[in-house]
Amino acid sequence: MLHLSVTELAAELSRGAFSSVELTRACLDRIRRRNQQLNAFITVSEESALAEAAEADRARARGDTRPLLGIPLAHKDIFCTRGLPTTCGSRMLQDFLPPYDAGVVERLREAGAVLLGKTNMDEFAMGSSNETSFFGPVCNPHDPEKVPGGSSGGSAAAVAGGLCPMATGTDTGGSIRQPASFCGITGFKPSYGRVSRWGMIAFASSLDQAGTLTRTAADAALMMQAMAGLDPRDSTSVDRPVEDYAGESGFSLRGLRVGVPLPHFTEGLSAGVEQGVRAALGELEKAGADLIDIDLPNNHLSVPAYYVVAPAEASANLSRYDGVRYGYRCEDPKDLEDLYTRTRSEGFGDEVKRRILVGTYALSAGYYDAYYVKAQRIRRLIRRDFARAFAEVDVIAGPTSPHVAFAHGAKAEPVEMYLEDIFTIAVNLAGLPAISVPAGYDRGLPFGLHIIGPDFSEARVLGVAHQFQQLTDWHRQLPRDIHPAGGIHLPEDIREGAS
Amino acid sequence: MNLGIIRAREANLPQPLNTPEIDKIATLARLRVSPGEAGEVAARISEILGLIDQMRAVDTDGVEPLAHPLDAVQRLRADEVSETDRREELLALAPASRDGLFLVPKVIE
Repeated sequence: MLHLSVTELAAELSRGAFSSVELTRACLDRIRRRNQQLNAFITVSEESALAEAAEADRARARGDTRPLLGIPLAHKDIFCTRGLPTTCGSRMLQDFLPPYDAGVVERLREAGAVLLGKTNMDEFAMGSSNETSFFGPVCNPHDPEKVPGGSSGGSAAAVAGGLCPMATGTDTGGSIRQPASFCGITGFKPSYGRVSRWGMIAFASSLDQAGTLTRTAADAALMMQAMAGLDPRDSTSVDRPVEDYAGESGFSLRGLRVGVPLPHFTEGLSAGVEQGVRAALGELEKAGADLIDIDLPNNHLSVPAYYVVAPAEASANLSRYDGVRYGYRCEDPKDLEDLYTRTRSEGFGDEVKRRILVGTYALSAGYYDAYYVKAQRIRRLIRRDFARAFAEVDVIAGPTSPHVAFAHGAKAEPVEMYLEDIFTIAVNLAGLPAISVPAGYDRGLPFGLHIIGPDFSEARVLGVAHQFQQLTDWHRQLPRDIHPAGGIHLPEDIREGAS
Repeated sequence: MNLGIIRAREANLPQPLNTPEIDKIATLARLRVSPGEAGEVAARISEILGLIDQMRAVDTDGVEPLAHPLDAVQRLRADEVSETDRREELLALAPASRDGLFLVPKVIE
């Protein structure tokens, strides 16, 4: 049952093929066997998971038919869970037990999902490889020598490795979509404001958005239906009706105008990924979509602008970690300054400190206009590029990442790592919804097709992704040890092309 | 890799940060950079600033800064009490507390 999608599991639970307790046990067994190598989970809560599963089975027996009832779930360890450790991948919050549940946690609990535990992540969501976690790196289930991507790398590895059928993630610059691409699963980031940020530990507040990691777009739609909506406790949560995301099955690709962004097909894109993404676009075209070349002339400025806006907001958000009210505190502080400085220096890892320093610099006297305000002006140029494009096209589609998953330690230079998100970051600066869906394999590793829509076009983006998954079976090609046929199913030509 | 972005080390780098400047920023951020790390930290931060510096070449005159993707303004709510009293529960999270207070090293002599 570990290879089934959420949609399939819901159908099996509903017809009584197995119970939620049996399904939850299977996931917990799988976690016990695989987590030592993958390191996808930081915390596993067996007892409460089994209790929740038993409750779900009782509810089903009473006639409850909620679609996510009894489906096992993992939360990225950035979402506060009452009484369950929430570390954000940091020593700073190693022993933090939140006194409340995040909005997303509440909603998925209300939907009847069974919480298995909390997944590993880059520290404070700052990273693109899941190598900055205080709790150690996560391995890619397709090849443990490779990174799973980041920052939602634990959630992506957990779903791809069959440890759980669905997980939450957060995406500030690509942190759901890039790991989904690297792990061969579906990763969806909704529009800014669509899902509550309440109780989601803040990194860069004008960019952070919660989303989903699942095998299929139909599964993402089920999760989104539960997660989306106004939360008055998050002042940036939007007050607009939630669409019917599960209507994606009725979506048609015929006549759909698909923008192909020229700056996403530069010489930095690996040949294998380019070929595969062009083939994926060809599938959409065969189904009746029109491919239209578009330009996003300021895309190359997205990484520079992001590395002002995100660190600036992070330096402000992370000033709360001072060793006074909660979290890590240094031993024997000699005065208040020493308490603050040593707590923060010992509690944060190198990448977090680097970004705090960059943000502090960008916001400091004399630099505010040259850096922060300048970056915000460029942010508007980037948003205008998308607005112009969406006057001509319905969605934009290209590669999620320039290449497939890389080896642990391969990108030691921060700037090299930052450029990993060159195709995803502009979407966060503009606040748009976007998804990465499995679109092929290059050298034996998966990569994703990135589909971007205009503001609050979640239903459309999920619809296009679902239709693409009716035309292709890349999302069904699982790591060897959970595939029902016992091996990755790959077309011969790709298998032979593997090195 | 060329992704239409000029790599920091090839870019027209701003004056790299020196150790005293790193010390100043670190003090503002309440972080300590040990003398042994300062050179490396300064080099890495200078590279990041080099990446960021590509913004300078862009003409943004007359472009309004964008602080929120939807240019939304803060939503207001009625001025009503919405929090319950959870003082003991919240104080229990603190590394040190006594008599309903957070404890810190002595501030006033």
